[in-house]
Amino acid sequence: MLSLFGKIWDRHVVKAREDDVLLYIDRHLVHEVTSPQAFAGLSAAGRSVRRPGAMLAVPDHNVPTTPDRSVRIEDRGSREQIQALRENALGAGIALFDIDDPRQGIVHIIGPESGLVQPGITVVCGDSHTGTLGAFGAIAFGIGTSEVEHVLATQALWQKKPLQMRVAVNGTLGSFVTPKDVILAVIAKIGAAGGTGYALEFSGETVRRMSMEGRMTVCNMTIEAGARFGLIAPDEITFAYLKGRPLAPSSSLWDAAVEYWKGLPSDLDAKWDLEVALAVDSLEPHVTWGTSPQDALPVGGAVPDPGEQADPGERARMRRALEYMALSPGTRMTDIPVDKVFIGSCTNSRIEDLRAAAAVAKGRKVAPGMTALVVPGSGLVKRQAEEEGLDQVFVEAGFQWRLPGCSMCLGMNPDKLRPGERCASTSNRNFEGRQGPGGRTHLMSPPMAAAAAIAGRIVDVREVAR
Amino acid sequence: MREKFLSLRTVGVPLDRMNVDTDAIIPARYLKTIKRTGLGDGLFFAWRYDMDGKEQPDFPMNRPEYRGGKVLVTGENFGCGSSREHAVWALMDFGFRAVIAPSFSDIFHNNCLKNGMLPVTLPAAEVRSLIDALLAAPGGKVEVDLAGQTVTGPNGDIHAFGVASFAKTCLLEGLDEIALTLTSASEIDRYERERKKATPWLFLDLAG
Repeated sequence: MLSLFGKIWDRHVVKAREDDVLLYIDRHLVHEVTSPQAFAGLSAAGRSVRRPGAMLAVPDHNVPTTPDRSVRIEDRGSREQIQALRENALGAGIALFDIDDPRQGIVHIIGPESGLVQPGITVVCGDSHTGTLGAFGAIAFGIGTSEVEHVLATQALWQKKPLQMRVAVNGTLGSFVTPKDVILAVIAKIGAAGGTGYALEFSGETVRRMSMEGRMTVCNMTIEAGARFGLIAPDEITFAYLKGRPLAPSSSLWDAAVEYWKGLPSDLDAKWDLEVALAVDSLEPHVTWGTSPQDALPVGGAVPDPGEQADPGERARMRRALEYMALSPGTRMTDIPVDKVFIGSCTNSRIEDLRAAAAVAKGRKVAPGMTALVVPGSGLVKRQAEEEGLDQVFVEAGFQWRLPGCSMCLGMNPDKLRPGERCASTSNRNFEGRQGPGGRTHLMSPPMAAAAAIAGRIVDVREVAR
Repeated sequence: MREKFLSLRTVGVPLDRMNVDTDAIIPARYLKTIKRTGLGDGLFFAWRYDMDGKEQPDFPMNRPEYRGGKVLVTGENFGCGSSREHAVWALMDFGFRAVIAPSFSDIFHNNCLKNGMLPVTLPAAEVRSLIDALLAAPGGKVEVDLAGQTVTGPNGDIHAFGVASFAKTCLLEGLDEIALTLTSASEIDRYERERKKATPWLFLDLAG
């Protein structure tokens, strides 16, 4: 009667305390923004990294996505953080995919690509989108810098077991309806804090049919519903993705690992603290109107009216969001023009995302005056996309084809919005100022963002592609 | 090193908003530091200042009555979004030592405890009454007593709160959690030896 989460948890308990347990951490991913203070703290206390071979470091948040980045990074703070990561990794003997390494990319993209993220493991990173990796049937969660330091020193973390929520997704997704739309609909349904204190296991036929790329998109955004953990049971699709990857087990260890992995899915009589169901047969492409990921609605909808909201706190929040977004109640979502388009981020920069966007862009042109970026999630995604000719499709349509990094998701590198600019974005957060001070973000899927680039406004991709 | 949490009696600062995310608490451009200090300058930057860098006079932290307050009282799901511990460092650098809200994001809550900052969860109606009192009479004092686990509002109203026992000890004594965990090093060693036999593929070295 154990859930997938429960099985993995139990096998990683080193010791228990009254409120929490010491949980062993199998893998630790490290990036340049949340790690320097952890390494400095370790050094100040005269401590060393306990198991450097369990860790992988990569610069991603700060890196420019233009070719001049290997010559010089203009921003001093960015340069210092990237240099600190380099020195800390080399000093501790931690593997590093540096800025000019063909494997460099967004931390949540390169972990799976390298094969180090496997079913049944515990994996952490100083980044809230670490839940992405739960798509492999792993306990994967984001931590703060103090916890990064704790893992560096001890390879373990004190954790309280979260509650268990099952999200059953059933039905067949229509054409141009994607895993991004599924997770936006889930967040809209349970709210930005609906998953706080929970681990979310996504199940159901829709999830079973999703590729690993799609499953990662779903788990990536569980944090936007407040849940640190998103999980999907491992199956043949998971095993096929992993087989032959550089850090996946090989030969006889492979068979033993698969045998172990097959025993991980939740028992049929597993106990759930909460169960949620989503039927997706008639799910429409989703977009956000406000400044919280829970503000998602079908693209055919209109900006909601705070006046119809009964709760005064939520009413005030909606009014504030509309003021920031410069939108009026009743405006049709498809009447909202956009200035920029961003296709990328740890949510939607994998090869399938780029294929889906390219299918819309092919043979079309971006709207006059539009700036549209396509930022592959890693050097390996970029190479594969180029082998498939996707870069040419994008460039011919008027998109910019960039080098891998977090790019315009978070306003820490040169790719950002200017005040008042409005962006159709495949990223994960539409918070005030997230993509740059004063910038306005509408979240959506890669085909929807590609369609917005062509139309110059939010549009139903099914009309553009028809 | 974490700071000890000392009981407080200080001006309460109301921030009457829900879902305050860590990008709002400290925008990403302020994260480009390799230090934990100095982040208070960027705290709530987009709300404290206008686009020209002038103070927004209505924002609570800019109002003279609330200046110097060390307790922030705010809406539900405070600290949602990014895991950036810089959000806690910025609040502390600015002077805050406790945040009172109906709910917190899990990661932000953890990050507070690691730094000697107290997140106090109270029922929504009680937080509402505290915010209303602080807005009605700016400059009102709020007392936070961790040992006794109570908050006393500006009108003398007393609110009990819960806190995990180990977290409470760590806060009161300013314990170094890593040093404590390292006393379990032999148990971590034993766990690793056993797991290496059961799941050897998890001990392949990533370096090189």
